[in-house]
This record gives sequence, structure tokens and C-alpha cells, in this order.
Amino acid sequence: MANTVNQRVVTPEHLLFEAPRTKAFITGSEAASEAVRRANVDIAIAYPITPQSETMERIGNLFAEGYIRDYYRAEDEVGAFSAISGASRTGVRCMTASSGPGLMRGLETIASWPGHRLPLVFLIMCRVINAPLSIQPDNLELDYMLTSGNILLHGENQQDFFDYTLAGFAISEKCEVTLPVAVAVDGFFVTHARAWVEMPSAELKLPPRDCYSEAVPMIDNENPPVRIARDAPIQKSNFISYQMHAAWQQEIHAAHERSRKWVSRYINGLVEVVNPEAETLIVASGSAVSQSREALRQAEEMGKKVGLIKVKSLRPFPTAELRAACRHAKRIIVPEFNCPGWLNREVRATLYGHSEAKIADGPRVYGGITMPTELILEWLFKSE
Amino acid sequence: MTKKTSIRMSGLGGQGVVTAAHILGSAATRDGLVSTVTPFFGAEKRLAPAESYVRVSPSRIYERGEILFPNVIMIFHPHVISLGKCYTMPFFAGLQPSGLMLVNGDSAPELSQDEREALKRLDAKLYYFPATKLALEVGGTDLATNIAMLGGLLAITHIVSWQGITDALAERFGGGKFVASATTAALDDALKSKYEKVSQLLEQNMAVMQAVGPTIKEFTF
Repeated sequence: MANTVNQRVVTPEHLLFEAPRTKAFITGSEAASEAVRRANVDIAIAYPITPQSETMERIGNLFAEGYIRDYYRAEDEVGAFSAISGASRTGVRCMTASSGPGLMRGLETIASWPGHRLPLVFLIMCRVINAPLSIQPDNLELDYMLTSGNILLHGENQQDFFDYTLAGFAISEKCEVTLPVAVAVDGFFVTHARAWVEMPSAELKLPPRDCYSEAVPMIDNENPPVRIARDAPIQKSNFISYQMHAAWQQEIHAAHERSRKWVSRYINGLVEVVNPEAETLIVASGSAVSQSREALRQAEEMGKKVGLIKVKSLRPFPTAELRAACRHAKRIIVPEFNCPGWLNREVRATLYGHSEAKIADGPRVYGGITMPTELILEWLFKSE
Repeated sequence: MTKKTSIRMSGLGGQGVVTAAHILGSAATRDGLVSTVTPFFGAEKRLAPAESYVRVSPSRIYERGEILFPNVIMIFHPHVISLGKCYTMPFFAGLQPSGLMLVNGDSAPELSQDEREALKRLDAKLYYFPATKLALEVGGTDLATNIAMLGGLLAITHIVSWQGITDALAERFGGGKFVASATTAALDDALKSKYEKVSQLLEQNMAVMQAVGPTIKEFTF
């Protein structure tokens, strides 16, 4: 029987970069579950309400097939994200998925994961979160994730969803990191849509989680759950509680800095740069990258050279990479699938004092519509 | 095929608009072409507007999401036009010059003078045929309406091969693993229960597609 017992353990490097791959024409949700199939996952936690995707349903099938050791269906997102906190503390490899309003419901718990130093993988299928209601893709929820302390990767397509999910486990469990990794893609355009995905054999899997090599001990009979509970900062018993909480937050920040080399290694750099010499640049993440690639192609047909910086990792943010790639830029636009423009804000803050470029405040679409490449072209050449 | 073709399918929930798109995309990849398939709908319920978008190209496709400027528009239900049950108004918004439209309907769709003139200026062609009626008469179930629509597409274009679409159908209903959602899974079972064997399901679906050709009429603007 095909199940996790019969899979062969290989290194993350082998699984991600060396093992031969075959192509399949699948949806983003299928790509995510195929990654989980190869990830040696101990427990998947699900609260699969609409609006989500068939991801957790498909991962339920993986449990039935024997690729996952346990599957827990929670009562809501607070329950699901709390359950994964408990699972991760016991030292097992765990994952869950959510989207839009569900993510917002569980946000309190999500923001507690990094402080508890919980390695886990959280898949996000971005959907509209604000009223009037809609279930279409709009990635405003990632704005809330940016300050949550989670590592946050933003995939462009089905292939990224497969690769980043596998990479997520490897990054999350590194001793220097020991943090949750969220892997986001735009709903519908990636999760429900089909495209080619190249995958290594399903006979291979990641090594199991090595919980005794992480930054904080997991809970077992010798390590009772006291590390935060005993003398918790909330008791404010003395000056040490303030110092401890401050130091703990600094340590999460430091863990993000240390994660850079691992994120960069497992997803091939924090950014991808196309046409680096161009003076007109697009900075984008997620589905907006795909739209930008088509805009580049159309601009080239018009005889105009445009560059593209694909931001793959939002946390850690590619500060040095972006400054280097934009040093010579004259004009930068930041196409996004959300109303406030969180990536635009990040780009401005990062480039302030490091680039002479004019940074356009857009283009943006929101409420669940796609971005026409014509809109990107219009913004690119607006000033001419 | 030398250029990218963008196909927008508009229909009502339960008609198989999403399934038809997945079958078409799968057929295109079997023919060695590049394809992306994107479904788009609100809360899953019967008769609510549902759309899906299929891009087919000989070379790499970069962009994703809805197709705002289609070359081909397929209307799975007359209400898409008469009741405005689609995500664009009018239903042909964004249609490219010399674009094609394929409409499911027993009779010609009612178009206003403005709409006729707009379509004439675009040098568009509109074909209509009774897809649901054919699905019932030949396939024995109106659930085969989406398959009839694919048959119609193959009758007016050569976007994918018969072999490609046959193999894609076999993959979809003959043990392929992909199911779009739990609701779709329930519909699948309903469909399968109507046929004794999967092979019969495939044969009758193919018969539906083959019966389409002679019933197609061209609308004169």
C-alpha cells in the first residue's frame, strides 16, 4: 500500500532541487496536498468551511491513504489554530490551512504562535475579508499577517504553492528559526485554477521533525508545559517580566533575521529579478507577478524594456535585495490585489533614502477582480 | 494554433461550467498545448452565476485570473443573457474583434439594436443551439449540458482535438481524482447513478457532443 511507511526519507535539498520531476496539470489545492503528501506530516488540523478551497478535504484523503498520521477537525478557526499550537508543542510536524474571514477569526491565535516558538506550516488562500461580503481573491489579510511574527511567503502560482509548502517545513524547523511559516497564494486564481506543476516522486519524503534540535524544548514527560506558564509575563510579578517579554520579542525579530539564509536557500532567493538593467521597474508579489510578466512581454512588443522584481518572501522582507535591485531605477510601480496597498508601503519604507526612483501609488485592484495587464501598462508609461 | 485563445464560459451554478473548463484545459494539455483554467463563482448554489476561464496557447501563458478580453464566449444558459446572470454586462463585454459566441438556447437570443450593432462592428459571430435539449434527448440527462457545450465549441473551432477531449472526459469521469468541490462530488454521484457503467457514461457524453454539429445555427445581426 502506498503510504508514508513506504516512502523514502531524503534531505530537503534533494527533494526540492535534485530529485527528478514529472509534470502534472493540477489545481493549486492539489499542488498543496501533493506537497503535504511528501512532507512527512504527523497531523493535519482542519476547519474547512467556505470560503476555503478543497485543500483540507484533499489532505483528509491523504490521511485516509496513510500519508498523514493523524487528522483533527476543529470546531472553528480559533479551535483549529489552538489545536495546532498544542500539536506543535508536542514536537510533531503539523500543518493547517485557512483563508480570508476564517484567518481573521483565528488571528489572535496566529499572532501567539511565534512567541511560543512553534514550528508549523500554515497555508493561506487569500480571499476578501471586508464587507460587503465576497469570497473572491483579494489579499488584504496578508497585511494583518505582516506584523504577526510569522514567516510569510507569497507564492505566484501552483508551482510555488507546491515548492514553498515543502520549503516551509524545512525553514520552520531549523534551530535558528523555530517559527511558524505561512505560505500564501491568491485564492481562485491559484487554488482553484489548473496549470502545470513539476513534482518529485511521491515515493520520497522529508526527514521527520527533529524536535530535540530546536530552539525551545517540546513538551514531554521531562519538559512539562511550564516554559511560559510558570512566571508568565502576564503576572507582572517584578521588573523581570517586562524585560523578559521585551527580550522574547527581540528574539523573534532576531530569528527572522537568521531565517533569511534558510528562506533564501529553500525558495531560491527572497526575490527573482527579470530584466535587472531596466530603469522602469515593477515590484510585485503573488498573482500580480503573473500579470506583470505578461505586461513585460507586451511592453517588449512595444519596444520598451521593463524590469520585474518578484518578492517571494514578505517576512523576512528582502530589504537588501530590493535596495540593490532598485538602485538605478527611475520609475517603480507596485501592482497589488488589495485596496490599502501593503506592498507599496513596504517598498517605500525600504527604499527611502536608497533610491531616487519615483514610486507610483498603484496600480491596485480589490474586491476580488483580476488585474488586467492593460492597467499595468497604463501605469508603467503614465508619465511619458 | 499560433496564437493564444481566451475562452470565457458563463452559466448558472450546477450546470457544470467549472467542470467543462477543467475538461477543456485538460484536453488542450493532452494535445501538447499550454492551458490554464480558472473557475470563478460566489457562494456555491444552484442557478447563481458561475463563470470559468480557459486560456489555450502554443507557448507559455503568464497572466492569470478572469478573462476580461475573450476571443470566445460560451453562454451555458439563456438566463445569462436575459436575466444578466453573468459577471459582465452586456454578456459580450470585452469580446475581441472577430470573436466567437456560442449560446445554449432553443431559439435565438433576444438582443437589442445597440447590442446587434456593437457585435456587428466587432465582426463577431454568434452561434446558438439547444444544448440542454440535446443533453436530455441524446444523453438522457440535462447534466450533460456542459458536455454538449464542449461539443458545440469543437464544432465551431478546432481549439482541441476529439482525441484530446475524449481522453480528458475519461480522466474526469472514469476514475480521475480531481473534484472541484463537495457539491460537485455530490453532482458527480448523481450523474454516475444515471448510467450503469462509467463506460456508458463516456459513450453517451461523446454521443451528445457528436450530435451537436447539425443543430448549430448562426445568428444574423
